[in-house]
Amino acid sequence: MPGVFEDTPWVRKDSLVIAHRLRTYYTIKPGLFAKPRYVKAVDDISLSIDRGITLAIVGESGSGKTTLGRTLIRLLEPISGEVYFDGNDITHMKEEELKKIGFRRRVSMVFQDPYSSLNPFHSIHFILEEPLMVQGISMKEREERIYRALEEVKLTPPEDFVNKYPHMLSGGQRQRVAIARAIITDPDYIVADEPVSMLDASIRVEILTILKDIQQRHKMAFMYITHDISTAKYFSDYILIMYAGQFAEYGPFRDVVKNPLHPYAQSLIEAIPDPDPSNRLRERKVAPGEPPNLANPPTGCRFHPRCPYAMDICKKQEPPVVEARPGVFVKCWLYVKR
Amino acid sequence: MSMVLLDVRNVKLYYTTTKGIVKAVDNISFELDEGETLAIVGESGSGKSTLAKLLVRVWERNVSLVDGEIYLEGKEILHMPEEEFRREIRWKRIAMVPQASMNALNPVIKIGDQMTEPLLLQGTGKDEALKMAMDALESVGLPRDLVNRYPHQLSGGMKQRVIIAMSIMAHPKVVILDEPTSALDVITQANIMNLLKKLKWEYKLSYIFITHDLSLASELADSVAIMYAGKLVEIGGAEDIYTNPSHPYTQGLISSVPTLRTDKTLSFIPGEVPSLINPPSGCRFHPRCPFYKDRDYLKGLCDEKEPPMVELEGKASRKHLVACWLYK
Repeated sequence: MPGVFEDTPWVRKDSLVIAHRLRTYYTIKPGLFAKPRYVKAVDDISLSIDRGITLAIVGESGSGKTTLGRTLIRLLEPISGEVYFDGNDITHMKEEELKKIGFRRRVSMVFQDPYSSLNPFHSIHFILEEPLMVQGISMKEREERIYRALEEVKLTPPEDFVNKYPHMLSGGQRQRVAIARAIITDPDYIVADEPVSMLDASIRVEILTILKDIQQRHKMAFMYITHDISTAKYFSDYILIMYAGQFAEYGPFRDVVKNPLHPYAQSLIEAIPDPDPSNRLRERKVAPGEPPNLANPPTGCRFHPRCPYAMDICKKQEPPVVEARPGVFVKCWLYVKR
Repeated sequence: MSMVLLDVRNVKLYYTTTKGIVKAVDNISFELDEGETLAIVGESGSGKSTLAKLLVRVWERNVSLVDGEIYLEGKEILHMPEEEFRREIRWKRIAMVPQASMNALNPVIKIGDQMTEPLLLQGTGKDEALKMAMDALESVGLPRDLVNRYPHQLSGGMKQRVIIAMSIMAHPKVVILDEPTSALDVITQANIMNLLKKLKWEYKLSYIFITHDLSLASELADSVAIMYAGKLVEIGGAEDIYTNPSHPYTQGLISSVPTLRTDKTLSFIPGEVPSLINPPSGCRFHPRCPFYKDRDYLKGLCDEKEPPMVELEGKASRKHLVACWLYK
């Protein structure tokens, strides 16, 4: 039986990627001599992702999901908690040490906006070749890998694309180049931050299918960051719902979506329309208001000002995370046995 | 039978660009009944926003052609003098919530002053205009004293409510909503949709709801029109469009929409939206159409001749029309 962290029992110690009680804050200095204040973008988040598993991180803008993704690939350094990758504690590792353990090669990222994530002055060939050159891979192998990656993202035949520049491609094709670049170093772990939210509906599905195929073929640990649960559904195994920088609910994807427990998760799922003409005749029961400012979040549970079930304790004390159903963890006073 | 409020006939709007003429809206006709919501759904570049601009007669300078007729309660409004349109129609009869307009609020002018400006220009007295603005704020669920605040003091959802308040302030018949919830979070979006439903029932508004999102369209739409590359390809009652999509493009679009509550296999439409400068001949969808590929009898038809509008049998009171050779 592989161990779990005692204080965060949903986090397995033998997973490829682990975050344990992670906190990443941004500092804002209101004035020269003023005391610095913190924006608590990620505040006590724990998770683990195994090989071959996709974890969806779902939250609204400002919920800290992008900050979490960036901390987990060490583009940001947390102020407390730990990040482990394949057994190594990488929380505060320097860039050279990260390179030494092969972290940068084994991890990659797909960004939201394919119009700004590709350098307009570089050809597709160079965009894909650059990460391989950094690793000192021979020219012959580089060529092979570039062609293979383009085929994997279905930009075929590859010779039609290698000499093009980003502006000659459509949004969907650019995003496929970005995916090819992410997989070209054969990573074990990919973070995709809203990879389809900028694309039109008919192209979105194609990109999702490609991502799913790649994830299954290579058995990577995959983190899919999104505000849109319905696209996450197509290839996520687990879901972590965040609210205002904090943990709200975690569990197997279908289980959580079918029967959400946290009042915020309930609202978030209720808010999503499926295409159904009878929608126009009913009102959606969703929480009023908007997410708080993270520089000055509400006391107690951060959701309490919007929560239909808010009790006295919710205003005063931060709720603990409890296992409300087997495998489903919720940070909410409603489920705490007292 | 309800009354036809807006009758749009064969409208066209072309832009001139350095690369050629862009046929953004090309020969579109539809009717809107009183109290009806028509969703106009299309991907980016389908011409749906241009169509919205055409209806309130605000368009860019590089327009090379505006043609067709638009009747509002029997009166032609597309070619009436601009002065008359501004005084009698815009805001008062047809109002608009332009795309991303909540970010266009002037940061140094109080909400109240921004809201009353169009009313003052139309000759409404200052006190009356302010009262109308405050009433409108109240009906979108905001406090009346918001008129004294500045945009930066409001959240995104509140700003969007202010924009919606502006659109209904002068009691128009038709409100054009161009992606009214883009850039808002899902819960805020659901709250705004609830508000739009409430306003529709309360004031018997007719909406033209422009969106790229078929799921979101179903939140408001009594009827749905599907646009592709500047053309209307299918229009009908919401029940008909969602349960019996008939144009191959509509079918492809619906099967590409992920659903949360039901399980279905997603599929996608191969290829890309064509350029509007040099669109494909015949049916503009034929290069991507699965039926055209499979059926020999369609060769020489879809790729050469523009498809006719065919009426299908439908459940809804609105006619179900589809522009496709398959049904001829």
